[in-house]
Amino acid sequence: MSPLPAYERPLIIRHESGLMNKFSRVQSMRPMTHLDGVAVAELMETYGSPLFVFSEKTLVERYRELRDVFSLRYPKVRIAWSYKTNYLDSIARVFHKEGAWAEVVSMFEWEKARNLGVPAEQIHFNGPYKPKAVLDEVLPAGTIIHIDHFDELAVAERVAVEKGIRPKVAIRINLTADGTPQWSRFGFNLENGQAHDAVMRILTGDRLELTGLHCHLGTFILDPDAYRQSATKMVDFANRLRQEQGITLSFIDVGGGFASHNTLKAQYLPGDQATPSFSRYAEAISDALGKLNYPPREMPTLVLETGRALVDDAGYLIATVQANKRLPDGRRALIVDAGVNVLFTSFWYKHDVVPAQEFRGVFEPTILYGPLCMNIDVVRDTLLFPPLNVGDQIVFRTVGAYNVTQWMQFITYRPAVVLISQNGQHAAIRKREDLEIVRGPEQMAPWL
Amino acid sequence: MSSFNSTIAVTGLNATDNPGPGVAVIRSLRADPEFHGRIIGLAYDSLEPGIYAADLADDVFLIPYPSQGSEALAARLTEIQKRAGLDVVIPTLDAELPLFISLEAQLADMKVGTFLPTRDQLDLRSKAHLAALRGKVEIPVPATKVINDASELYEIHREISYPFFLKGLYYGAYRATSVDEAVHAFHRVVAQWGLPVIVQEEVRGDELDVVAVGDGRGGLVGAVAMRKTFLTDKGKGWAGIAIHDPVLMRLTEQLMGALRWRGPCEVEVVATKDGGYHLLEVNPRFPAWVYLSAGAGINLPSAVARLAAGHEVKPMRDYRVGTMFVRISLDQIASLEDFERITTYGELRRSAGSAQ
Amino acid sequence: MDGHNKLRDLAVSDSGFVFDPYTGSTFSVNLTGLTILRGLKEGHGREDIVGELQTGFAAGDADYHRDLDEFVGQLRNQGLLPLDFSVER
Repeated sequence: MSPLPAYERPLIIRHESGLMNKFSRVQSMRPMTHLDGVAVAELMETYGSPLFVFSEKTLVERYRELRDVFSLRYPKVRIAWSYKTNYLDSIARVFHKEGAWAEVVSMFEWEKARNLGVPAEQIHFNGPYKPKAVLDEVLPAGTIIHIDHFDELAVAERVAVEKGIRPKVAIRINLTADGTPQWSRFGFNLENGQAHDAVMRILTGDRLELTGLHCHLGTFILDPDAYRQSATKMVDFANRLRQEQGITLSFIDVGGGFASHNTLKAQYLPGDQATPSFSRYAEAISDALGKLNYPPREMPTLVLETGRALVDDAGYLIATVQANKRLPDGRRALIVDAGVNVLFTSFWYKHDVVPAQEFRGVFEPTILYGPLCMNIDVVRDTLLFPPLNVGDQIVFRTVGAYNVTQWMQFITYRPAVVLISQNGQHAAIRKREDLEIVRGPEQMAPWL
Repeated sequence: MSSFNSTIAVTGLNATDNPGPGVAVIRSLRADPEFHGRIIGLAYDSLEPGIYAADLADDVFLIPYPSQGSEALAARLTEIQKRAGLDVVIPTLDAELPLFISLEAQLADMKVGTFLPTRDQLDLRSKAHLAALRGKVEIPVPATKVINDASELYEIHREISYPFFLKGLYYGAYRATSVDEAVHAFHRVVAQWGLPVIVQEEVRGDELDVVAVGDGRGGLVGAVAMRKTFLTDKGKGWAGIAIHDPVLMRLTEQLMGALRWRGPCEVEVVATKDGGYHLLEVNPRFPAWVYLSAGAGINLPSAVARLAAGHEVKPMRDYRVGTMFVRISLDQIASLEDFERITTYGELRRSAGSAQ
Repeated sequence: MDGHNKLRDLAVSDSGFVFDPYTGSTFSVNLTGLTILRGLKEGHGREDIVGELQTGFAAGDADYHRDLDEFVGQLRNQGLLPLDFSVER
């Protein structure tokens, strides 16, 4: 006697053009039962749900791939770890151990980097907000600031005079590259001559040492050619400064912005097809750097502030199904225990999500809701998903960037974050919050 | 050409009012008297019209949409290979090319041949980069601008004057004569094809098209030039005629050289009244009217199938100028049983053949 | 027409392909759904249908009554059963 077929929840679906594929037995999702060899079930048992998990192996592999493809094409390359994408100590340390400098945009991040043992001279300080109190501390320590506007330039000069120092600085420039929205709010504009004015101001003030140019083109840039254009404009500018003013720059910083394997909401093809490889970015940038009119021994260092593309692929979020629902329009809905307060990037991405255990049954259009009592709490817009049971786990992939820095403590505790080592050990690198932690900074008003 | 006995899979059976090229590619293969192999249709939706034409595909399989990722497609093609014994795959839709290109090596390991451009070649001719071809080809390229935000449309008339076209990265083109129309078109394009959106200057004149196959080393395998003689309200060519146009052929050869293009493509050009030519698009696949190439005496789909199977193909230059095509819409009678099989099992086997 | 009669006239194949001759709509139903649909067509009651599910499938800890009610809800949603139809307890 043949064994009985397995029980599935009964289902009937009307055939509609454009949706047909979904009903045939062409199914295409594999469960992710293990992360780097560690069973999801074991992680759930040890740390609870929901849970962020990072793969040290992927962090290191991505870092080395980035370093290698650029070093192959250009001799002097420096990667500065972009703290804002993920500044958990353990994550940052993985990159610092690989040789990364730090790229920070606030005093908090600077302190965090210093606390991890990063020398002040190995920190690039970006951003439009560097008040005098900050410059008073970081400039004498030797940190390289990327000046964003003329007011900051004036403050930096004042600090130089007051402290009797000659700080090394870069200027941030903005420029147009076809197909990329211009981030004109940051830095000095190149095309209208403002960037040149800033350089002349630094030279005539004679208090600061101009050592670098920085241009962060934008974010999640899927077209490597945009970098070819921005790097070419920076190289032309550097050549001009060298020829006209005799300035020899020690670095050219092309910023960050490389896309991870995530998929933006307004993206037709998924990240695994649309995202360029690191070598295609490297090809575009090094082509442009080849036009530098510098003697070989004085070639400036290429600085990369890649954040998202290094850490996004290494991060996972495990969540647990709390309920199944059928919406009036026929769609299935799953309610899971991680909401947009935890998975903040749900606002931007069509996250890649798969079940964490073997499954059976018909794939259906399914929407994933978080646990918040708020209409915006959608962690994944409708996707084809198999039926799951209450208590089953799902794994969101490519969620390592920005979530554990931009998440919100809202109505509940933020989950733990775990790192899996290259040999399969695992440890919490940030413990789950509890009442003590959240109440910590609070003080009862004395009259209550 | 010599006798040819392979199992060839072709996508794009969506012969709708905005037709995919699959049906035309299959008809061309069938028109090759030396072809004695089998044809497998690969469809995304169980109502793609080409599925139901019994004389086109021997077998039809559903495949997952590109948005489901490369792992899904690879798994499905592996299964189809096992069941039906594929030798060659010819993808025919823009949006699936990045995926098939990324699977090229994997398919080769499975002994499934393809004849595709590289990812860099694909990007070089993308609508977003067309302007970069200026200087590499002799004819002008209309002003284009890639935008990611509808607000850019309020300033765009400083660079590109109305009317202009808004195009999706893969498909879709809307003409706009005002900011309001442009913003509306922007959102339509984004809703269907995502960002970015390409704004392209309108150039008026006769639409000329070339279907060409590049050998991947900078050479041209063969090409047929055509003038559209009848356009639908969507701007699709519903009739056309093969023409002799040395300028167009030289342009096509230059493009194959500049891009080192490998595989089929469609070169769209506008000829203005003053005799000038403007390059509108280079599409990375066969056009839906490619059956004209077989009709005019140089069967380009068959050439690509042979190249993908690893055969030599000699350059093909002479075709019958004046060969016309006039497209027809007709209603096929389809059986509910066929529909049931494709919806329920994701496949329709008309042939008895299989790998085993 | 009464939705109950419509159920009797549905063409249901072993593959789970369902054809509604009155509207031309077609549907796919999975094996458990097929079992329930056939039971309803034959006029079986709740206990019979649950029994068929219990004996026909290798079950885990399924809640047959919940699933049956949910499936009937789907049939109502698809216009295959009248809106006031339910399987009596």
